Amino acid sequence: MIYFQVLANGLILGGLYACIAVGFSLVWGVLNVINILHGTFVVLGAYVAWFAYAYFGIHPFVSVVIAGAILYVIGHAIQAGLINRVIAAPVLITLTLTFGLDLMLNNAMLVAFTADYRQVNLANPLPAIIIGPVFLPGDRVAAMVLAFLLTGLLWRTLRDSKIGRAIVAVRMDREAAALMGVPVARINAITFGIGALMAGAAGALLSIVYPISPINAPIFLGKAFIVCVIGGLGSVPGAMVGGIALGVVEAFGAFWFGPEHALTISFGLLLLLLFVRPGGILGKKGYE
Amino acid sequence: MKNWLILLAGTGVLALLPLLGDNYLMRLATMVAMYVILAQSWNFIGGLAGYPSFATAGFFGLGAYTSAVLQGMGVPLFASWGAGGLAAVIFSALVGGAILHLRGHYFAIASLVTVEVLREIVNTTPDITGGGMGLNLPIMRMTVAEHATFFFYSMLAVAFACMACAIVVHKSKLGFALRCIQQNEDAANILGVNAYLYKTIGFGFSAVFAGIAGAIYASWVHYIEPPDVFDVLISVKPLVMVLLGGLGTIFGPVIGAFILLTFEEFVWRTFLTVHAAALGVIIVALVLFLPNGVLSLTREKLGLRRRAAGEKR
Repeated sequence: MIYFQVLANGLILGGLYACIAVGFSLVWGVLNVINILHGTFVVLGAYVAWFAYAYFGIHPFVSVVIAGAILYVIGHAIQAGLINRVIAAPVLITLTLTFGLDLMLNNAMLVAFTADYRQVNLANPLPAIIIGPVFLPGDRVAAMVLAFLLTGLLWRTLRDSKIGRAIVAVRMDREAAALMGVPVARINAITFGIGALMAGAAGALLSIVYPISPINAPIFLGKAFIVCVIGGLGSVPGAMVGGIALGVVEAFGAFWFGPEHALTISFGLLLLLLFVRPGGILGKKGYE
Repeated sequence: MKNWLILLAGTGVLALLPLLGDNYLMRLATMVAMYVILAQSWNFIGGLAGYPSFATAGFFGLGAYTSAVLQGMGVPLFASWGAGGLAAVIFSALVGGAILHLRGHYFAIASLVTVEVLREIVNTTPDITGGGMGLNLPIMRMTVAEHATFFFYSMLAVAFACMACAIVVHKSKLGFALRCIQQNEDAANILGVNAYLYKTIGFGFSAVFAGIAGAIYASWVHYIEPPDVFDVLISVKPLVMVLLGGLGTIFGPVIGAFILLTFEEFVWRTFLTVHAAALGVIIVALVLFLPNGVLSLTREKLGLRRRAAGEKR
């Protein structure tokens, strides 16, 4: 049954999409900022993994931690130093600001790393998993499992830790949270840092699947957008559902209509969803 | 009245430019005119109604491709330009009907996605549009100087029409309604402003001139391809120009266009590899330090002076 294979491909892709989108969704939901930098953050995480593997032989699954840490620091600094100054301004202003920052960061990466495609070719890939007619590359499955673990970890952090509850409080009502003693500016910076961390970690996982280049950044940003709209904004389960849905739709779309139409299909789906259900499948108010 | 005088004087001075006979200067002036059109177009929906549209590149590219395909079929030049504008308006009505009920970020993304969809459609229909290979336009039989002058006057004429339209709209009921929508759409709706209708009309105004500009651009450069005319920067630059000059003002977009083009030309010449980053630096500096545009500086000064004079009395 070829359909099982297509479905499996879609699920693997979907796990990675969920991991890309969850940080974007968090920043959008909590800060009401569309972070255009997100795609570039993902690519930067992938570069960290590439350099760690090429120069130090560190496996990308290990450098997920390194990429996440580096990106967290960058994200925290950007929010604390720049975006916090205009956080209360209209939508257009914060969107434009992150767009300008993205032009700078992406251009810097283009100059530093060139536009050449690079890929992590593992010396000892994991063996493939074969279940009946379905063939699963071992490394991709491991990447997907790690992506789900990371996303789950973020979900538990938001639910159970003090910082996580503070983030949810700011999401629900900024003024009330401030009155209850939540340091809103600091929480903003931490939230943006976590968003960048998830992007960097997702990038490190993607480095074994996708070719790496700064010019790929808009593709990841686009995926994050679509996943958020499909799943509903500002919830971890929403990003999970949206990511898997997009992965499966793309896999079947590519199978039936040819891979060159996969992008058109996902954008068409996005426009349709925006029209009929802008809140997303699991959309509701409040971040949980 | 004052606005009309400024517009006529400005256009008159610019129209004398071909007398200098400098083709490089003419190219820059044509670009300025194009930027004015794009910025003023965006201002109808983004500045007046406060809807952050990223669809400008879609209108521009659609106008360019419509006129290029029609010219390939033997339609005369001016008719094909008109058709480019018409295609953009029809597209804006269809898309506007679907996405203008969204607000804020959702509208921004949906308008951005329409551009991507158009680009993908062009990419996947190579029989009509040439696909990723791009499309060549018929070359016109005229000298380099004639060519430069012809396209400069064409672009300037459209820029003039666009500015005239802006002056009329700003004074009209439509402009008033759009400003109401920007301030509080729910309140405007309750007070009997048909917000949906006015937004759609505003979106149409932001499409028509951008479409014609795209059509003229296609004829001007003789060759178009999807990443060129559906470039996301074509959507972003108008927004930057309007922010530079002043949101929702009549002459702000013009000032923004002059500043941005001067800056771009300087950066292109001196640091080619980091021109995108340089644009990023302006955007960030602009948002952080001058969110109301250059005109706000002079207005603040005038306001202060007026207040000081009032206190004396």
